Amino acid sequence: MSNNFFFIGLPYAALVIMLVGSIFRYTNFGYKVSSLSSQFLEGRELFYGSRPFHWGIIFLFFGHLVAFLFPRSVLAWNSIPVRLIILEVSAFGFGLAALFGLTMLIIRRLKNRRLLVVTSKMDAFVYVILLVQIITGLLVAYTARWGSAWFPAVLTPYLKSLFVFNPDITAVSSMPLLVKIHVISAFILIGMIPFTRFMHFLVYPFAYFFRRYQYVIWNWDRKKIRSSRKLVNGVRSKNN
Amino acid sequence: MDIRSQIAMVFHLDKCIGCHTCSIACKNIWTDRKGAEYMWWNNVETKPGTGYPSKWEDQDIYKGGWVKKGNSVLLKGAGKIKGIKGLFHNPNMPVLEDYYEPWTYEYENLFEAKEGDDQPIARPVSLITGETITPKSGPNWDDDLGGSEDYAKNDVNFKNISPAEKEAMFHLERMTMHYLPRMCNHCLNPACVASCPSGAIYKRGEDGVVLINQEKCRGWRMCVTACPYKKSYYNWNTGKSEKCVLCYPRLEAGEAPACHQSCVGRIRYIGVMLYDADKIEAAAASDEENLIANQMDIYLDPNDPEVIAEAIKNGIHESTIEAAQKSPVYKFVKEWGLALPLHPEFRTLPNLFYVPPLLPTMAFVNEEGVYETTTEHFWGAIEKSRLPMSYMASLFSAGNEEIIKIVLKKLMAVRLHRRSETVGDLPEKETKDAIRDAVLDKETADEIFRLTSLPLFDERFVIPAAHREEAIEMLESASDYKGSTGFGFKVPPKRGL
Repeated sequence: MSNNFFFIGLPYAALVIMLVGSIFRYTNFGYKVSSLSSQFLEGRELFYGSRPFHWGIIFLFFGHLVAFLFPRSVLAWNSIPVRLIILEVSAFGFGLAALFGLTMLIIRRLKNRRLLVVTSKMDAFVYVILLVQIITGLLVAYTARWGSAWFPAVLTPYLKSLFVFNPDITAVSSMPLLVKIHVISAFILIGMIPFTRFMHFLVYPFAYFFRRYQYVIWNWDRKKIRSSRKLVNGVRSKNN
Repeated sequence: MDIRSQIAMVFHLDKCIGCHTCSIACKNIWTDRKGAEYMWWNNVETKPGTGYPSKWEDQDIYKGGWVKKGNSVLLKGAGKIKGIKGLFHNPNMPVLEDYYEPWTYEYENLFEAKEGDDQPIARPVSLITGETITPKSGPNWDDDLGGSEDYAKNDVNFKNISPAEKEAMFHLERMTMHYLPRMCNHCLNPACVASCPSGAIYKRGEDGVVLINQEKCRGWRMCVTACPYKKSYYNWNTGKSEKCVLCYPRLEAGEAPACHQSCVGRIRYIGVMLYDADKIEAAAASDEENLIANQMDIYLDPNDPEVIAEAIKNGIHESTIEAAQKSPVYKFVKEWGLALPLHPEFRTLPNLFYVPPLLPTMAFVNEEGVYETTTEHFWGAIEKSRLPMSYMASLFSAGNEEIIKIVLKKLMAVRLHRRSETVGDLPEKETKDAIRDAVLDKETADEIFRLTSLPLFDERFVIPAAHREEAIEMLESASDYKGSTGFGFKVPPKRGL
C-alpha cells in the first residue's frame, strides 16, 4: 500500500504539481522568478560553495537522465570493467563535489547575518531536501554497487512505466531502503519546484545563445501606423 | 541609413556646485525601498576620487565595457561564453563592501529611552541586518577631497601621471577638484543589454531609454559586471537588477527627469539627438584616437532636409524632429564641440556628455593672489595647470589631451569675449586672438554664453512628449500604480521563494 503511494501516487502528483505550478508561477508571478543570488551580500565564500555544488549536481542530473533515456548504451559502456569503474568513480566524485559545495553553502548562510536576512523558510527546505538527496545518493553508490549497472535494469523500466501510464512497481518495491528514500525525496524535490528557488533552473537562459547582443524594442510600429487607415493598429507590446 | 531618436544629456561641470540635490531627488522617487537603499542611480563624485562603487573606473577589477576585436567589439567581462560560465559565481561583480553598507539611525531611542544618567543617542544601524554598525564609507564619503590619502590618491585616472607630479598635486596650495555627477548614460551600444542572459534589458526604440524588464530579469547579475559605469545595481531583496529609468513616466509626458529638474546649479541639459543606428558598430570598434570623432559622426544634423526626410520615413514624429532642431545637447555636442563623453574608451557610446570644467585647470594664482585669466597666462598655463591635462584626458577623451585643450580654449575664449563685452577692460587684440585660436566667432560665443549662463527652463529641457495617441509603453494610467513599486506591476514587489 505504502509502495503504491510512494511510487505511483507521489510521482504523478509531483509531476503534475511541477508542470502546472511552474507554468502558473512563470506566467502569473514572473516577477518572483529569480536566481535569488546572494553574491552581492557575500561574494568570496560563495565561490567555494556555488561552483562545486552546481557543477556536481548538473553532471549527476545528466548522468541520471542518460541512464534513463539510453539504458542500453550505458550497459554497453559498462561491459568493460575499467570503463564501469571510471564512470562510477567520476560520478561519485561529482557527488562529493556537490556535497562539499552544499555544505559550504549551508555554513556560509548560517554564518553570515546578512544572508539570514534573505533566507526564507523554503530555502531551509531546499537545503534539507538537497542534503538528503545527495547523501542518500552517495550512500547508495557506496553500498549498492554498481549503480550504473543496475539502474538501467531496475529503475529505468520503472520510470519508463510511469511515463507510459502503466506503472510497474514490483522492481522498485524490493529495492533497499536507501534507494527508496533517494527515489522518494527526488519526487518530492520535483514536486516542490514551483514553491521554491528551484524555479531558477527552469529559466536557464538558453535563449541568450541564439539572440543578437543588442536588443531594441519598439513599443509600437510607427511605420505601420502611418500607412494605416485604421485608428488602432497592431497589438500592444508586452514589455512590462 | 537607419535614423532613430535618442534622449541625450549634457552636464556643464563648471556649473556643478556638488550639492547632491539631483541624487536626493532621484533617491526619493526611485530607490527609497528595501534592497535599493544602497543604490544611487544618480550620484555626484568628487574628482579626483575613487568614486562609487569604489574604483568603478578600473576595468582591470570589474571587467566592464567592451574591448575592440577586429572590426567589432566584444564584452570584456560578460557575454555568451564568459557570462554563462560565471553564472554560478560571477568573479567580477562588485559586492556590498565596494558600495557601502546602508544605514539609518535609531531615532526612536531619542524619545523612548529610559530615564538615565546619560543623554540618549541615536546609534547607526544597518539597513540590511538591523544591527548596530559603525559606518566606514558611504556614496560620497570623499566629498570635497575628504580623506584624499585614501581616496583621491587612488584615483584610477592618475595612471599616466608620474609619482612626483602626483605628489606635487596634493600639496595644499596646489590641490584642486571638481564634481562629477553620474547617472546611466543610456548608451547607444549598451553593454548591460548585451550581457543580459535573460534578455530582460532592452533599449527603447522610440527614445533610446535603456530599461530592465523586472518580470524577465532572473538576477543573473551580468549587467552589473558589464556596465563599465557601474550604473546597474542588484537589488539584494527582490533578487532583480535595477537601473536608472531616466524617469520615463515624466519623459513621456514631456517633463524633465527629476535629477534634471531639481538641479540647483542648472548644469543639466536634455534634448533629442537623431542618430544613424547603422554606424554604431563601426564607431564602437574605432581606434582609440578616433572614438570621439566617430561617435560624433553618428549624430545627424536635424536641420538637414535629407535627414528629416529619412527620419520621417523611419517613423519619427515631426514633433521629435522639431525638438531635435532645438536640442541644447546638439548645440553643445555637435555645433560647438564643447561636450565630451565620459570614458569613451569603454566603447558603449554614452549619451551623457560633459562640458569639462575650466576652473580646476586655470585656477592659477599670481603673486598678488589674483586668479590669472589673461590669454597669455592661460594658454601657457594649460600645460602646467593645477590639474594635469592628462587627468582630464583620461576622464573625457580616452587620453587625448588635444581634444581637451580645444574645448578649454573655446570655454576660455567665451569668457574673455564676454568680459570685454561687459567690463571692457581687456585689450581688444587679446579677445580677438582668443576667439580666433578657439575657432569661434563672436556670435557663436554669445550663443554659448547665453545657453551656459542664462538659459530658460524650456531651453535646457527640450523634450517632445511621447505620443500617447500613437501609444508608447505605458498606456496605463500612472496613478493606477501608486503604492506599488515602479510601473507595470500589479503585485507588490516582494521577494520570491
